[in-house]
Amino acid sequence: MLEMFQYDFMRNAFAAAAVVAIVAGIVGYFLVLRGQTFAGHALAHVGFTGATGAVLVGIAPIWGMVLATVAAGIGMGFMGERLAQRDVAIGLVLALALGLGLLFLHFFTSFATQATTLLFGNVLAVDMHTVWVLLALGSLSLAILAVISRPLLFASLHPELAEAKGVSLRLYSVLFLAIVALTTAECAQIVGVLLVFALMVGPAAAAQRLTSVVTAGVLLSAVLALLEAWFGIALAYYTDWPSSFWITMLSTGVYLIASRPWPMRGLARVSTR
Amino acid sequence: MNAIELRDVSLTLGGRTILTGISLDIAMGRFVGVLGPNGSGKTTLMRAILGLVPLSRGTIHVLGRPATRGNPAIGYMPQARHSTLDLHLSGRDFVASVTNGHRLGLPIRDRAARAEMERALHLVGAQELASRPLVELSGGERQRLLLAQALIGKPLLLLLDEPLISLDPHRQQEVVELVKSLQVDLGITILFSAHDVNSLLGTIDQVLYLGSGQAALGTIDEVITGPVLSRLYGSHIDVVRLEGRIFVMSGSCCAEIDEHRHEPASMSMHDPQRTHSGDA
Repeated sequence: MLEMFQYDFMRNAFAAAAVVAIVAGIVGYFLVLRGQTFAGHALAHVGFTGATGAVLVGIAPIWGMVLATVAAGIGMGFMGERLAQRDVAIGLVLALALGLGLLFLHFFTSFATQATTLLFGNVLAVDMHTVWVLLALGSLSLAILAVISRPLLFASLHPELAEAKGVSLRLYSVLFLAIVALTTAECAQIVGVLLVFALMVGPAAAAQRLTSVVTAGVLLSAVLALLEAWFGIALAYYTDWPSSFWITMLSTGVYLIASRPWPMRGLARVSTR
Repeated sequence: MNAIELRDVSLTLGGRTILTGISLDIAMGRFVGVLGPNGSGKTTLMRAILGLVPLSRGTIHVLGRPATRGNPAIGYMPQARHSTLDLHLSGRDFVASVTNGHRLGLPIRDRAARAEMERALHLVGAQELASRPLVELSGGERQRLLLAQALIGKPLLLLLDEPLISLDPHRQQEVVELVKSLQVDLGITILFSAHDVNSLLGTIDQVLYLGSGQAALGTIDEVITGPVLSRLYGSHIDVVRLEGRIFVMSGSCCAEIDEHRHEPASMSMHDPQRTHSGDA
């Protein structure tokens, strides 16, 4: 059982997954609460353009990804809540981003491996340096989120009232989408740009089904994301199937179990009426 | 001191004139029903009192001071948005997010914040139901939580935007009685917008009727009359009283009752402004 920890790449994979899963679980909780999951998905695609562009000009993909997603996140935030939730606009941005990324890859020689890694992730290829970068970026995201979480929650749940009390909806929309952008760039290192939903949305949505209390929900979301990521990597080690596949399987499975109507809850509901 | 003073207030929104040269005073401690057709500016007036909408002319004073954004003396209950109310989130957390919501930091509640939240929940009789998730609550129960949220911070003036919308008549009566008892117990001023004056009969002290950029403030008997409403609607209006109820008739149609319907089917009726819907 413990033999997998003999390998550096496994230890790095578990460390990177831990950092990213905890950040994704916490940020994802607010993303689901605000109904902006599709925006998060689009940001990841913009990250693909950034990463391939970075490879083309000779910088590490992760920095291209961070730059592109944060710029796009801030841009979306400035366009306003309404637009950031508009399906068509986001869908077009998403397609355009993937198309551009494809063009950049076209100019790059090692097409196939690079594309697969960016799109579907390869946590087993993460080195120690990347773990430290992820830890730094993750700490930054969580630090900003900790500072703004109270007004962000207020603005998310009572936008009109928050506005009346002097809270700038736009400011928090921009800041939050910048945090989401950083987080999607991190998630993409583990599960790739196409599957960031697995870490950012799955655990958070399951947590919101299981508890209606915010603090418990945030913690549960982080714990679920962590367990799903770790078990996904372990299963990948034993089966030799891709880790991203296992993480998405676990994420979807946990959500389905969580959202199944529980017989116990039904009984409790009847007895309180 | 008056709770609200409007002096020569004109308001335009998206190129459309909402109010033109309105001056009126609402005294402290009044329960005022705000009525008028869709698009007549009920919501916009409330947002102007909150300092969220710039005036094109005139001044608004709230409790003796110019209307500014972030006035802690005003409690506000916006029209319910169902995207939020369908969340699997406990009512207590929903209400609590308002306490000190404008301050930076983690959303952890200290003892004072918890006491304030429980006080607000107690006032509306929602201490029990606040532990259940929003998605499981009925329309009337959600309105109680929204009302509790508006009471946080001990406001002196309460602006309630369409609290009766999508409630059945029995629940409507419950909400009106609850608001009335809050006004009496707390001695606060209340602006309560609604579509139908009948749900507020016997409860409100005054009516503020908006229409065609004009406004009329007074008792029900002073304002809900043929001549006044004809001026506000810009067409001939008859007011019929029947068994203690009031019917506002435009031609052969019941003008106020039409306003209940938000479905596109009723949009084609006599008022072209109604196509703007979304209560400006």
